[in-house]
Amino acid sequence: MADITADIAPGPTAGSSDPAAGRLTTADGQPLARALARAQARSRRRALLLVAPLLLFVLITFVVPIGQMLYRSVHNDAFARNMPNLAIWFADHPAGTEPDEAAFAALAADLQKARADKTAGEVGTRINYEISGTRSLFTSSARNADDLQPPYRESVLALDEDWGDPRLWQVMRGASTAYTASFYLAALDLTRDETGAIARVEENRRVYVRLFVKTLALSALITGICLMLGFPVAHLLAVLPLARSNLLMILVLLPFWTSLLVRTTSWMVLLQEQGVINNMLVAGGVIDDGSRIRMMYNQAGTIIAMVHILLPFMILPLYSVMRPINPSYVRAARSLGATSWTAFRRVYLPQTLPGIGAGSLLVFILAVGYYITPALVGGASGQLISNLIAYHMQDSLNWSMAAALAAILLAIVLMLYWLYDRLIGIDNMKLG
Amino acid sequence: MKKLLILSTALTGLAATAQADITVLSWGGAYEKSQVEAYNKPFTAETGIAINMTAADNPATPIKAQVEAGNVTVDVADVEYADAIRLCDEGLLEEIDPAILPAAPDGTPATEDFLPGALTDCAVASIVFSTVFAYDASKFPDAPPATIADFFDTEKFPGKRGMRKGAKVNLEMALMADGVPADEVYAMLETDEGIDRAFAKLDTIKNDVVWWEAGAQPPQLLADGEVAMTTAYNGRIFAAAVAESKPFEVVWDGQVYEYDLFVIPKGAPNLDEALEYVKFATDTQRLADQAKWISYGPARKSSGPLVGLYEDGKTEMAPHMPTSAENLTNALPSSYEFWVDRDSELNERFNAWLAG
Repeated sequence: MADITADIAPGPTAGSSDPAAGRLTTADGQPLARALARAQARSRRRALLLVAPLLLFVLITFVVPIGQMLYRSVHNDAFARNMPNLAIWFADHPAGTEPDEAAFAALAADLQKARADKTAGEVGTRINYEISGTRSLFTSSARNADDLQPPYRESVLALDEDWGDPRLWQVMRGASTAYTASFYLAALDLTRDETGAIARVEENRRVYVRLFVKTLALSALITGICLMLGFPVAHLLAVLPLARSNLLMILVLLPFWTSLLVRTTSWMVLLQEQGVINNMLVAGGVIDDGSRIRMMYNQAGTIIAMVHILLPFMILPLYSVMRPINPSYVRAARSLGATSWTAFRRVYLPQTLPGIGAGSLLVFILAVGYYITPALVGGASGQLISNLIAYHMQDSLNWSMAAALAAILLAIVLMLYWLYDRLIGIDNMKLG
Repeated sequence: MKKLLILSTALTGLAATAQADITVLSWGGAYEKSQVEAYNKPFTAETGIAINMTAADNPATPIKAQVEAGNVTVDVADVEYADAIRLCDEGLLEEIDPAILPAAPDGTPATEDFLPGALTDCAVASIVFSTVFAYDASKFPDAPPATIADFFDTEKFPGKRGMRKGAKVNLEMALMADGVPADEVYAMLETDEGIDRAFAKLDTIKNDVVWWEAGAQPPQLLADGEVAMTTAYNGRIFAAAVAESKPFEVVWDGQVYEYDLFVIPKGAPNLDEALEYVKFATDTQRLADQAKWISYGPARKSSGPLVGLYEDGKTEMAPHMPTSAENLTNALPSSYEFWVDRDSELNERFNAWLAG
């Protein structure tokens, strides 16, 4: 910038006969605005070049995979790709049409194709996501598909009468287009009945909504406990003389630097029924050997371990906000007659709000996606939605379902973020 | 510098001519050790192909991810039956022609020598393993549990129970404990009432269960005193009881047994070596040798008579095999047809039940 301004010649004195009279120009006669724009564009390009590796990195390792994952939640062409004839029949006939001879002929042709291409399992798996027990219907029918002959309706039904089930046709219709909302429906404990209307699934299979609610509630609770425990610690760190507060800081940071797995397994050693805490209580005569407290493999275990692991994420932003707060404000309030509580509530606390906001948001968002700790110490009641996402990724291999659940979780987090921005303002956040 | 360059070029050339190492994905723990001792060491000695052994809670899990991502690092994996069928159906596995497998010493072709169902399009069974329940004998000195019903009876046999987190095996055991004969279990589970009945039985001990996921966990839970009884893979309990002299006892009543099979993921980096390994590891002698290290039954008929003593040289293996006659009085062969079909529905319900 400095060299440009140095070259500026004031317009009117430089040339009153100049056609661009009245406009600022540089020494070599170019309009200042254009020269400035060019110079800025150059520095912008240079800046972009500098961040390009990072942008590329984020794009390749973050945006693209997440995009692909989200795409999976609405796109599953296992049926449409492998059953082309039936897909055409569904496209030609509106919903609610009884499957006619042509439909069964298409089905027979597709089953024969599935047998030849060995895709019956893939197709069956797709339909089996929605109607249990249909996987073998596809694989066994495809195995015998070469025996099918006109009239196809009788022939297919003779193979297995389940092919006449209207709900099966309803689900196949839904799967015949590659884009589907059925995974989102399933992720919200909803399904489509025979008529295509949206209905809730049976009571004993509803799990996702309950787990979403539980995940949010537990995360809120953990955030609250972290704030309760972290606030006094951060305050102490902020007001102590630097030499001593640095020592304390190391105590906060040391666990922060320790591997997550190590910390979780240490909690397992402490909390188990034959663990350190229970043994001490028994040895101290507080409880007898038969009534050891169950602190792990349940919700309590999840809460204890997660609070400990997430605590530094609360303390550090709080500390960074509290450190520069001038103590004379509180002193002034006290000297003007405020009680210590009033001085804290009306003078000190408002100044720490950016730290509280940042810490809470950080802890909450991390807690919502927590997975390893609940899996290890949570038992049955301490499981969170992320454990079910992992289950669908790893065990059931229903990646579309995992993607739908993850997308909903992402949407919830973004909504909370937006809400936070509206209520407190993201500019007010101070992360450290 | 130039010398170094020549040297390194020569070394690279040398490496390229040697056969590639292969990666085998298995279940870790005592089972992995048995495979290393019985298959890998002799294989490397004979062929010069080194084997890199890795472990997963369930080796079927990473295969789908690897094949779909086009980044297959595993050459051979050891998986359960239902997973082998499912992965094969989805086109994620290489097909293995049974004709290439070595015949039994007496000339019986492999297709007849393997137990029924042990060979599928994509998989070759190596062992029969069983999920049984085991208890800590020191916790029940007077009247130890003897039947599967006792596992679900927390009044008579107080203490926590360990169970694998998942619907499979647990539902079968619950029904058998509820008095359903083994051969009617799957017919019962096909019906809604049967499933309700199984979950109702699980309900009776739900609050006392510690759930495990990896096969190495249950012996650990027993050893820590975290549970009084646990379901477990029989070989793990055997290894802990015999090799580590833990006071663990296996109850064979109500056992659920099935095959473990070798599969080759589609696009395995060293397909030829992988096939060599599968052929080598599933021949008669190798399968019999494995029983020397862990109490899983060989999947070949001809291996049976060759099974001898445990590595300690004094423990007779036969009584510890899931397939020996006295252990089969009330036993259930796991049905892969049932689980391939019902897996998602029942696990969904199981997850809902667990969270409820």
